[in-house]
Amino acid sequence: MTEVIRPLTQLVNLESPLSLGDYISEGGYQGASKALHEYTPQQVLDLVSSSGLKGRGGAGFPTGMKWGCVPMYAGDDDNAPQFKYLVANADEMEPGTFKDRYLLEGVPHQLIEAMIIASYTIAANRGYIFLRGEYHLAAMRLQQAIDEAYQKNWLGKNIQGTQFSFDLYVHTSAGRYICGEETALINALEGRRATPRAKPPFPQMSGLFGKPTVVNNVETLSNLPHILKHGVEWYKALSPDSDPGTKIYAACGRVKRPGLWELPMGTTIRDILYQHAGGMADGLKLRGLLPGGASTDFLLPEHLDTPMDFDSISRAGSRLGTGGLIVLDNKSCPVAMVLNLIKFFAQESCGWCTPCRDGTPWAVEVLTRIENGAGRKEDLDTLHNLCDFMWLGKTHCALAPGAVEPLKSALRYFLDDFEQHIAHGCCSYKPNTTQQTKLKGHCHG
Amino acid sequence: MKSDVISMEKILTVTIDYRRYLSTSEIAAIEHEVSIMETREAAGIEALKIIQEHRGWVSDDSLFAIADLLNMPEAELEGVATFYNLIYRQAVGQFVIHLCDSVACHLTGYEQIYQTIKAHLGIDYGQTTVDGKFTFLTNVCLGGCDKAPSMMIGKHHYQYLTPESVVDILDILTKQESEHD
Repeated sequence: MTEVIRPLTQLVNLESPLSLGDYISEGGYQGASKALHEYTPQQVLDLVSSSGLKGRGGAGFPTGMKWGCVPMYAGDDDNAPQFKYLVANADEMEPGTFKDRYLLEGVPHQLIEAMIIASYTIAANRGYIFLRGEYHLAAMRLQQAIDEAYQKNWLGKNIQGTQFSFDLYVHTSAGRYICGEETALINALEGRRATPRAKPPFPQMSGLFGKPTVVNNVETLSNLPHILKHGVEWYKALSPDSDPGTKIYAACGRVKRPGLWELPMGTTIRDILYQHAGGMADGLKLRGLLPGGASTDFLLPEHLDTPMDFDSISRAGSRLGTGGLIVLDNKSCPVAMVLNLIKFFAQESCGWCTPCRDGTPWAVEVLTRIENGAGRKEDLDTLHNLCDFMWLGKTHCALAPGAVEPLKSALRYFLDDFEQHIAHGCCSYKPNTTQQTKLKGHCHG
Repeated sequence: MKSDVISMEKILTVTIDYRRYLSTSEIAAIEHEVSIMETREAAGIEALKIIQEHRGWVSDDSLFAIADLLNMPEAELEGVATFYNLIYRQAVGQFVIHLCDSVACHLTGYEQIYQTIKAHLGIDYGQTTVDGKFTFLTNVCLGGCDKAPSMMIGKHHYQYLTPESVVDILDILTKQESEHD
């Protein structure tokens, strides 16, 4: 057998994803088969816990620990709820992130296999794939794969002759970033406005319809078939890093070859940006980057040799997030980029808590003023204060703190740009066209 | 008092019996969504999407009929409908353009694409062309960041947009009778 080094993406076919039969002949459903026939749920839980798998959706919470909080019931226990739920979070809307789309469109059976393993472990009997509404192709391919899986008894009653039964459905959302927050997602599935819930109770105890529920990211789940099939030692050996396994990294912005690559966890930013993405586009220099989607702090060229794992990126002052680099070049305005990011968060704020509902549009107003050349000296203090008002512990969920991360780090790293916008009354990155900027003479295109 | 009677009548008239308003196939599709959920209102968002698929958008009457079918308060369903970007609570054109305005597209030429569409169709965000052909809306990150700039029209994603290619796309759609041609 050839050595598997890109387990998650090796069977991806975007043109025409593998049918169930082809997926099986390529070694698919062996992980699920092993779990169902050879292991107890507790043994699978122990295996996944010892693998060190952490959530790939942004927060990096250990998967085994998340599952370990789900209450388990004996078969004859009258207190057992009618349903326990497993939800795949496929509401991928973090700007700069497109990894789950690749897995959903390219190898839908891998997610179904993964969900069989996860649901068996936590004894969930119903599952939903919570898919963002814009991913039409993924919705169609997932439904086809689910239909095939039902026909061949990989879903439904007594899967593959075992006592285990599991029903799986696709729910397509209708476009709202906050639905990716797991308790907001649960509210959305219940047909309510998707505002996040207070925790506790945690979803594992009281989630969807008040029943025990686990929500896992698509990429996280996609690791499971391979951990089951090849074992923990193999999984840990995939990465030379303290965080095991592989990670789907990506790069976008003005780089030579934007794209995504499944690489050992802990690959450096430099390798991703220069070896895989081909470096900056012609004539451009690297100014900074967001390492893991819109809601992470900027890093600088001096951080290029940082391994892209949870701890190293934290130590560098940011977060691994989704692992998708958003690259800022020297000819794009950092203020305009941050304005674009904060506009996104202001629009997508659910409006439930005041710091976020009022703070994000306020930051947009101030940043718009600065970018348009009407900034005031005291605006920078206002932005710093807003970063404080919207920080962790002061908001209902992580959306506003996520918005603060690029803003606060931009104020730190690109302060000169902010100050020049204010001092000169214009954005020097914009083409020099207006009479006003010609007169002032500071701003060149 | 007489004015009270009138306002009560107004409130009562907004209840719409789903059996008279929704088609058999719409009801069947919604009931299927209900069958995979623990509560009827959990099918709300799918129901709104089903009606929109059939009728192009969700009118007040459609909303009231769905609320009646799902046995839930109209206001609650309206709260759900208006929460989402892809539920249209106003009439839209035959093609709805969702142009991605998030960061990867912003860095790779969004502004030019926006200006091109605006000039070519003569409409800005939130507007519909006079001939009812196009409605122009934004969208947050479409997950096409490596192929930016990107937009979605109907169920189709268009990527690697340039000012030239976006005009070609719009011109082809202008000649097209429906989304499925």
